[in-house]
Amino acid sequence: MTAIRRGVLGAASTYLYRRGTLQLVLLLAPPLLWFGVVYLGSLVALVWQSVYTFDDFGMTVVPELTWANYRALLQPANLDAVLRTLGMASAVTVACALLAFPLAYHMARHARGATKGLLFVAVMLPMWASYIVKAYAWTVILARGGVIYWLAGRLGLSGALEAVLAMPVVGGFSLSTSNLGRFAVFTYVWLPFMVLPTQAAIERVPESLLQASADLGARPFQTFRTVLLPLAFPGVVAGSIFTFSLTLGDYIIPQLVGPPGLQIGTMVYSLQGSVGNMPLAAAFTAVPIVIVGVYLAIARRLGAFDAL
Amino acid sequence: MSIAVQLEEVSRHYGAVRAVDGVSLTIEDGEFFSLLGPSGSGKTTCLRLVAGFELPTSGRILLHGQDASRLPPYERDVNTVFQDYALFPHLSVAENVAYGLAVKGVDRRARARQAEEALELVALSGMGERRPGQLSGGQRQRVALARALVLKPRVLLLDEPLGALDLKLREQMQTELKGLQRRVGITFVYVTHDQGEALSMSDRIAVFNRGRIEQVDSPRALYRRPRTPFVAGFVGTANVLTGALAERVSGGGAPVSVRPEHVHLGAPAEGEVGLTGRLVDVQYHGPTSRFEIDVEGTRMVAALPSTGDEDARVRAGESVSIAWARSAMIVLEPEGAGGAP
Repeated sequence: MTAIRRGVLGAASTYLYRRGTLQLVLLLAPPLLWFGVVYLGSLVALVWQSVYTFDDFGMTVVPELTWANYRALLQPANLDAVLRTLGMASAVTVACALLAFPLAYHMARHARGATKGLLFVAVMLPMWASYIVKAYAWTVILARGGVIYWLAGRLGLSGALEAVLAMPVVGGFSLSTSNLGRFAVFTYVWLPFMVLPTQAAIERVPESLLQASADLGARPFQTFRTVLLPLAFPGVVAGSIFTFSLTLGDYIIPQLVGPPGLQIGTMVYSLQGSVGNMPLAAAFTAVPIVIVGVYLAIARRLGAFDAL
Repeated sequence: MSIAVQLEEVSRHYGAVRAVDGVSLTIEDGEFFSLLGPSGSGKTTCLRLVAGFELPTSGRILLHGQDASRLPPYERDVNTVFQDYALFPHLSVAENVAYGLAVKGVDRRARARQAEEALELVALSGMGERRPGQLSGGQRQRVALARALVLKPRVLLLDEPLGALDLKLREQMQTELKGLQRRVGITFVYVTHDQGEALSMSDRIAVFNRGRIEQVDSPRALYRRPRTPFVAGFVGTANVLTGALAERVSGGGAPVSVRPEHVHLGAPAEGEVGLTGRLVDVQYHGPTSRFEIDVEGTRMVAALPSTGDEDARVRAGESVSIAWARSAMIVLEPEGAGGAP
């Protein structure tokens, strides 16, 4: 006969073993409290702020409810900032998806052992360095006299570079002050967030499904379009939520790279900082939330999550 | 009869591992042909070579006389039923079945009609709207069959298609598969590790061992005239005697095999040979009882009709004589000498 071990901890274990609900409550209480109070709480406070009144004369916030802040979003200058940011976020997301998919496919399907590990490190490595340092580094890379200008000169492509910069919307005085430059930096910074979920999604598609498709007569591109892409699409959507919303809300890169003119992030930054117009800043912040919500609803309607 | 599938000295090596090692095989049109062997014997790799998922390291694969050795799967007139069924989870049952037609560009109406016909063939009509995830294992199996058959391939490849089903369903599906093959009249190449399944369904069976074919024969011939100790032991149960024991009962040096049902207890009569050993155990199997006897370190089995008084006849540990007819004994080739015909 072995003696039954019953310390205080043993007694607690025995007590909890039979009480599944209590166990669940104890396990979930900390994350739910964090999520509920800190996370959702601040979100509610934010939305609540957005319907307060900002007194232009006294520069103070008055707790009177109003839709004025949301109406202000529709003023040409503000609407312009919203649309500009939206365009940038969409372009960055599409570019990230196009760049990430082949890489993610290779990592999931072909790379093995050390090569696979190396690729993962290569994808994650930029995330080990400070994001602000990387943004500053890009200003140097993109500036006149920087690496890219030097390389273009060496390859005899200076003319082509100037031609691209002369184009409206994407162009500008130099790469570092153009939308093209800003787009390049955003795509660089958020690419890992697209690669990782896409890679996980592709890896989850069983090899036999791709073989079955080929077996039934589908050429490689047909298999990609009708089997692989639909099944990996939730991963691309997950990645695009990162790239999209991170671009929508960013206020560092737009300050360092790209043309003057505010984006949503910089707008919020200046409104809540120097101006102190917290209600309008909150209203601006609600824009990405609504956009991502609409985006998810569309993705769901398109069947992006059917294979989950 | 014309030849559907022909393998000429086909090998598939992975580094130093010879998964398939110099296999030659001829499968005739309309045949139910099984590739039988333990796991890792090369039977599945062989099937995947015919399907085109793997390319041979050496040798040639001919489909209906045409060299298909280097063709990709989508250019081969064969279809596969996968072990895990490989149904597309994002498509409905009807879309799954119509998939091969859709990629070929068959128009929507014709596609829907043919898919419904194929579902009818496997007794699943009216299930087209469901998702594969809503079906039972047996139903998924049928969808996989319908999806392959709708393309009217000349050869259907089946990779352990019943492996995931429970025993009762497996037996039922065996009968259905055999019936289906007779009705549609196409060549079935069937991979299985279950010798009972292979024996009951096939016209001919190739027995695989370590990447090579040990013997190709009809089920009856394979059971009654195994050529190697491996085939004797893998197809049904066999008492394989080697060395001195073999020499004592047959007079020759080659290993011999005798089936348990041919062995009886008692001294040898006219035209019989016998041995003496010690009874290890008696197992009751319903209609028969199996007596396990240790003869000088070799375990032998005698299967006798159950009489109800087995326990009274002889007890474990007691000395017991066994005997069998000389004519029931098969002389085998020495281990490792077997090869493709």
